[in-house]
Amino acid sequence: MNWPDVWDAMFGGVADYGAILILVANSVIAGAVLGLVGGLVGVFVMQRDMAFAVHGISELSFAGAAFALLVGFDVVTGSIVGSLVAAAIIGVLGAKARDRNSIIGVLMPFGLGLGILFLSLYDGRSANRFSLLTGQIVSVQTGQLGWLIAISAFVLLGMLLIWRPLRFDSLDPQSAAARGVPTTAVSLAFMLLLGLIVAVSVHIIGALLVMALLVTPAAAAMRIASGPISVPLLAAVFGFVSAVGGILLAIAGTLPVSPYITTISFAIYVVCRVIGSRRDRVTAATASKVAHRGDR
Amino acid sequence: MTTTPPLEIRGAALQRGDRELWSGLDLTAGSGELIAVLGPSGSGKTTLLRAILGLERLSSGRITALGEEVRGRGNRRIGYIPQQRPLPRDTSLRGRDLVGLGVDGHRFGLPLPRRSDRGRVDRLIDAVGAREFADRPVGMLSGGEQQRLRVGQALADDPQLLLCDEPLTSLDLANQQAVVGLIDRHRKDTGAAVLLVTHDINPLLGKVDRILYIANGRFTLGTPGEVLRSDVLTDLYGAHVFVLRAGDRLVVVGAPDAEESHHHHEEGRE
Repeated sequence: MNWPDVWDAMFGGVADYGAILILVANSVIAGAVLGLVGGLVGVFVMQRDMAFAVHGISELSFAGAAFALLVGFDVVTGSIVGSLVAAAIIGVLGAKARDRNSIIGVLMPFGLGLGILFLSLYDGRSANRFSLLTGQIVSVQTGQLGWLIAISAFVLLGMLLIWRPLRFDSLDPQSAAARGVPTTAVSLAFMLLLGLIVAVSVHIIGALLVMALLVTPAAAAMRIASGPISVPLLAAVFGFVSAVGGILLAIAGTLPVSPYITTISFAIYVVCRVIGSRRDRVTAATASKVAHRGDR
Repeated sequence: MTTTPPLEIRGAALQRGDRELWSGLDLTAGSGELIAVLGPSGSGKTTLLRAILGLERLSSGRITALGEEVRGRGNRRIGYIPQQRPLPRDTSLRGRDLVGLGVDGHRFGLPLPRRSDRGRVDRLIDAVGAREFADRPVGMLSGGEQQRLRVGQALADDPQLLLCDEPLTSLDLANQQAVVGLIDRHRKDTGAAVLLVTHDINPLLGKVDRILYIANGRFTLGTPGEVLRSDVLTDLYGAHVFVLRAGDRLVVVGAPDAEESHHHHEEGRE
């Protein structure tokens, strides 16, 4: 490794930054929308303890996309079909957390294995092979980008429409059922939306790194906030900053986008964790000063 | 107040797998009546409440709640305090949000805040004396504080029927009294009927009107003086059971492993 090469890989394109930015403008928009929606969806992924499910869905989404690539079908459609199949299986069979984890544990390597099989059978451009696993948004075609944005917008709308019942069911499932919330239907609707947004993420950040946009921003937000508006808002902002920031930094050089996105998202989480633990200590100290509680 | 009683159960039976939890259950709860449901765990007390909510299917008989036969799943007109599980520390929910779930948690559509909802949440918080800690994360609140908020959530729609599942478990004496006081005041103010599952009758003595004691798939119903007697419970359990009076407290001795299986039951709910 020599430093001038590294420098060139990271910042070689700075001179033509304006021109590059125009070329990738659609990718930036897609990244922005995914960042926002991914952050919002992530809040429920955290509340419903489904981080592992996100990973499982993304591997089957990858398999679907790889199969589409092999047979010359539309890759976005392939990834969506894979995602939805996985989401449906997990949603129907894995109502309880323990069942769910074992089902995902079984599905995930199978999906990944299938995907690798399809990719090795595929003899097209090799750049496409890697991009499904580790993402390369700037190489996605404009027509497909339009689809990715439209799907993200659909997921956003769906999330808003089921927001309150989904929140009730995620945080307080017993009371939600008692108060007539159709918990099964709400859960399945969420799995459907989750499947769609995972499929979008596979194209933008890659199947292996989907969690950086669907889990990390929400996890970070939950470290520093607890309000019903502040948590999703912060998660969406963190997702947006990670996705857009990552793309904007990456196009200054020749390195892939994903490591930038994952690093920014991770850095935000670390900062939130430090702030959160400092605040916890302060609250705990004041609480024990104010009152000494026996039952806590 | 209507002439129809808030709750009417006729010839109800419920099966779990091939085991019959209870059968031939008749119970009418009148307006303003507080009925305690006692019995060893696994006797189907929680299941009875869930059947009234329409979350469990009866194998025979019928239940009429608030003038309507129970059919669908869940009922917003019935107040429900589920068996307490302390919320995890990092639950992203403030005290007022827990109450708020009872107000708008069932609504689909764009989650736009309404001023009338906020007013209702504020009134509920005041009614259960939770103002002081309403803006703190629920995971940081004590068991008693969480339980007050749960009562507030259950009262969201001014229910004429209130179902409480072990609302006093793991609370200290002062908090037990406070929660009983809130429930008691609601039924006195609104004439609501209350069905309260508990394993300790003492916090309710002097307030409870009747007791439904379930054991071994059988039950007995009557005033505390009629039910909490050694001969009645011995007959019900089919084993020697003694009801002892210690000062102003009642102690049931010899009831087959109620405490032990109680904990087991709670774990099994996960």
